[in-house]
Amino acid sequence: MKTESRFRLLLIGSTYTWMVVLALIPYLILLGASFLERGEGTLVVSGWSTVNYRHLLSPAVFGMALDSLALAAVAALLCLLAGYPFAYILAQAPTRAQPLLLLLVMIPFWTNSLIRTYALVMMLKADGFVNTLLRAAGLIEAPLQLMYTPIAVFIGLVYTLLPFMILPLYAALKAVDPQLLEAGRDLGAGRVQNFFRITMPLTMPGIVAGTMLVFLPALGMFYISDILGGARTMLLGNYIRDQFLVFRDIPMGSAASVTMTVAMGLMLALHYLANRRSGREMMR
Amino acid sequence: MNKAVVELIGVDKDYGGHRALANISLTVADGEFLSLLGPSGCGKTTLLRLIGGFEDCTRGQLLLDGRIMDRVPPEKRAVNTVFQNYALFPHMTVFDNIAFGLRMAKKGTDDIRQAVHQALELVELAGMAHRKPAELSGGQQQRVAIARAIVNKPRVLLLDEPLSALDHRLRKQMQKELKQLQRTLGITFLLVTHDQDEAFAMSDRVVVMQQGRIEQIGTPMEIYEEPVNLYVARFVGDINVLDGVIREQTGSTTFIALVEGAVVRLRSNRALNLGQSIHVLLRPEDFRLELEQDIAQSRDLSAKFQQARLKGTVRRIFYHGATYDVEVSLESGTRVQVTEFFDDDSDNLYFKPGDSVALGWHEGWEVVLPHED
Amino acid sequence: MNRWLKYLYAGGVYAFLYLPLVIVAVFSFNSSKYSLAWKGFTLDWYGKLWQNTGLTSAAVNSLLIAAGAATLATLLGTVAAFILHQYRFPGRRLLFGGLFVMMMSPDIVIAISLLLLFLALSLPLGLPTLLVAHTVLCVPFVATTVFSRFHGFQTDIVDAARDLGAGEYHVFRHIVLPLAAPAVVGGWLLSFTLSLDDVIISFFTTGPDFEVLPLRIYSMVRLGIKPDVNALCVVMMAITITALVLSRKLLKEKQ
Repeated sequence: MKTESRFRLLLIGSTYTWMVVLALIPYLILLGASFLERGEGTLVVSGWSTVNYRHLLSPAVFGMALDSLALAAVAALLCLLAGYPFAYILAQAPTRAQPLLLLLVMIPFWTNSLIRTYALVMMLKADGFVNTLLRAAGLIEAPLQLMYTPIAVFIGLVYTLLPFMILPLYAALKAVDPQLLEAGRDLGAGRVQNFFRITMPLTMPGIVAGTMLVFLPALGMFYISDILGGARTMLLGNYIRDQFLVFRDIPMGSAASVTMTVAMGLMLALHYLANRRSGREMMR
Repeated sequence: MNKAVVELIGVDKDYGGHRALANISLTVADGEFLSLLGPSGCGKTTLLRLIGGFEDCTRGQLLLDGRIMDRVPPEKRAVNTVFQNYALFPHMTVFDNIAFGLRMAKKGTDDIRQAVHQALELVELAGMAHRKPAELSGGQQQRVAIARAIVNKPRVLLLDEPLSALDHRLRKQMQKELKQLQRTLGITFLLVTHDQDEAFAMSDRVVVMQQGRIEQIGTPMEIYEEPVNLYVARFVGDINVLDGVIREQTGSTTFIALVEGAVVRLRSNRALNLGQSIHVLLRPEDFRLELEQDIAQSRDLSAKFQQARLKGTVRRIFYHGATYDVEVSLESGTRVQVTEFFDDDSDNLYFKPGDSVALGWHEGWEVVLPHED
Repeated sequence: MNRWLKYLYAGGVYAFLYLPLVIVAVFSFNSSKYSLAWKGFTLDWYGKLWQNTGLTSAAVNSLLIAAGAATLATLLGTVAAFILHQYRFPGRRLLFGGLFVMMMSPDIVIAISLLLLFLALSLPLGLPTLLVAHTVLCVPFVATTVFSRFHGFQTDIVDAARDLGAGEYHVFRHIVLPLAAPAVVGGWLLSFTLSLDDVIISFFTTGPDFEVLPLRIYSMVRLGIKPDVNALCVVMMAITITALVLSRKLLKEKQ
């Protein structure tokens, strides 16, 4: 073989190799494990079974799953509502300033997520910053109970995941051809109508991508609900973590993880459809 | 004369330190096809955007149908634009694209449907209503852009170099169609282009611009035959510029001048002084070219060539199919380009490099300009 | 109206993002141990941090993993982007789809699936497994970033190079790589960020022999707030910001 095609083969082959070994096979193992059953003394009992999935559908677990989905959905919505205007403002800022402004959004990430969650604790606890400020301003007398509430979990999720909403939205907004907006105005659309009829539909893929990047991780962020929510709020991630580390029920934990990927699959389908509708092709 | 639909009075447009438009005054008549012609950077697109409402005048006034358009946004003007890159909404079907303006004007569903289909018929795209822009060819997209604009029945249609993205043949075809469309609709068309042929093919009047100023406004024939300065003359078609000096004024519009070493008779409506330096402008097709030896042999020709006669030698010939260009080096050193049609009787080119020739022209076909140095 | 509203809103979001960190930074200098009342300026906590070898070694480990995973991910990701853009081969679309799915996968699913792989192969959990896991996390992001950059390339440039005699390896090394450099660097930075920020994957794929920051802090936080974590937060930010500023300067000089 010539050196040239050897080079090519090396690149393609190595890529396929690591993807199969480190992405495909692990997932297949996960899938397989989800159909096994935890034994009494042993880790797994031989024979396939759907007991895990049936257990997921039981009222207690299913309810928890739904609550978790609702929590993540609300967090995603909050991120969208807060993030879209911000991304819009960013996209309209002077072009030179934009990379810097984006960088400033990313910098908080260079501390660990956990450290930032801990910083939120400092803000929200009974003798924390928020309460101290409000009391000093005379707005409240007794400290507000912010910690160990769903509100704290929301704040934590939004605080951690907001940049993941901002980035795809920003990219989508920048991709909108400004001449389309001029055309809209030329045809009689005011700024508001221009936004809802042109900008928003065209940024829909970005909206879906951002929502995915917030919703799915939100389901899994057990440390946020642990630290900020106490034992009260349970995310799917907490459940999975418990299965693996507390109950040592690998099959059950795997089944729950697979369920999460199904949720992801649905959202990917949504993303694909959104791309098609706005007239964009992802890859030729 | 139809009433004015667009009027610009003393309009300036500044961007920071740069003056994009200087003292523009222009009246556009209702129902006319007007072209703004000039090279990139001359301000023609700025002017169009000003009329469309995307820019405001720094100084001066813009009136549409007699109303001052100061700070009136584009969405409130009875003007529609066909953008250079079409700016079709990629997420909407052809139907929705065309219907957009009507929906903004809150027209009824049935009215909209009828108007859209009518517009599609007019641009010969019937049956494409459900396609998306990405599925159409460049020419088709362009028609949709036009349909989207005209369906709103604007007072003025602004076209920003609409044909520049099309290939040559399609371009020629679209020029004819646009002209026809304008006649059918009776709407005032304002077209921006850098292509002189295009402007001439379609327009009732042409505005020639340079560096933010209007150089000349006139019918294509006026611009071509009677350019007011060298810039306009050079921009539109080929031109020969001969240098000369006025010797005598023999009548109210006739002069005698020394041009490129020969004494010639000139006609001009301008006031010219004795001894004034001038340019004499002649189009390549205005010249009469004859071989010296033919003139010597013919009494008719000799008579004709008494009045205006420059001598020179043929340098090169350029073949153009229906015509051929003859480049002649005059005795004075100036080079001149002459366009000749083929002689009916002969297949061969009549002139060859090295021939001694004489050039004359029909009296009155010349344009005399003050020297611009 | 508009302009000030924009500034206000954007400023508000930035304030929201930075305020907790600022508070932490400020109170890392507060000599009060538990409460937020200002008791005087001190550098004690930084000293304590320096002595808390467990914490500092965990921090160093995190930085090492981040740098290592970023580098590996950049390598693999750039190659993936290159072959997807440049070559036609069976399963190309599948590969692209696979990378996209990986990028969208929740961390916990990636963590669990890799954990199962490691268990199935009886690999002990520690530095190698963590490094692999973080690399897998980051590669899709690098690949997408670099691919987007390639997408805007003119294929003419590559054709011109080949016309002049460059074989595939040389095209990659002398044409593609230099032109894609900004995206590659961007991909590295993104990977570094993702790795440093990660909690979930670290949680499942490392072992007691190799401790990283989030896990160390996790157990500490559950025991109550310790001010030297404040100091750690400030130090981490200082290190990473300095590293970034330096790397940008280096790149500018290279150009």
